[in-house]
Amino acid sequence: MNWVPAIVVMAVCIIITVVRIFMGPGAPTRLVAFDTTNTLVVASLVIVAMMTDNRPFYIDVAIVYALLSYVMTLYVAKYIEGDKF
Amino acid sequence: MTYIFIGIGLFFNLVGSIGLHRLPDMYTKLHAATKCTTFGSIFIILAVIVQSAGIWAAEGDSSQSVMIIHVVLALLALVVTNATGAHAIARAAHRSGVKPARAVVDDLEKKEND
Repeated sequence: MNWVPAIVVMAVCIIITVVRIFMGPGAPTRLVAFDTTNTLVVASLVIVAMMTDNRPFYIDVAIVYALLSYVMTLYVAKYIEGDKF
Repeated sequence: MTYIFIGIGLFFNLVGSIGLHRLPDMYTKLHAATKCTTFGSIFIILAVIVQSAGIWAAEGDSSQSVMIIHVVLALLALVVTNATGAHAIARAAHRSGVKPARAVVDDLEKKEND
């Protein structure tokens, strides 16, 4: 099967969200755009794993990426909130 | 079946990205982007499960079960972290004083002041 159109659509989505990271007014909007970009990157890694002959290595990378980006989101959210840690 | 699932997933991811780009406010951006991209990613992962199960059933290749288990773990991580992360972002933005666009009444702030 041919998965190149799917990965092209995902790349367009990621480009739109990255543009919003650089444009967005204020820190919370940038954080929202970055969180969305992380989700889209995880979905793209799953499609890449399906594209390259069903190898599960990319899925491992996607799991670790999802958990680490979650830690990053919580940390920056606490920073925006302004409380002590 | 795989094509249907991946089509639904790509459509919702694209809708979420366009909503993130077009909506006027941080809260509405969060509303559009988080829910749509989570739903779309769930459908893309369902497409992977259907394809791997199809290969496993057709060729008897039991190494596809590794792919299915890893993808289910990725799905669990994605669903849990997206929901809680979005809640943390919204609460942090509200407490740091970001107002919704064109809002007149803010009931949550009145409740916190009481």
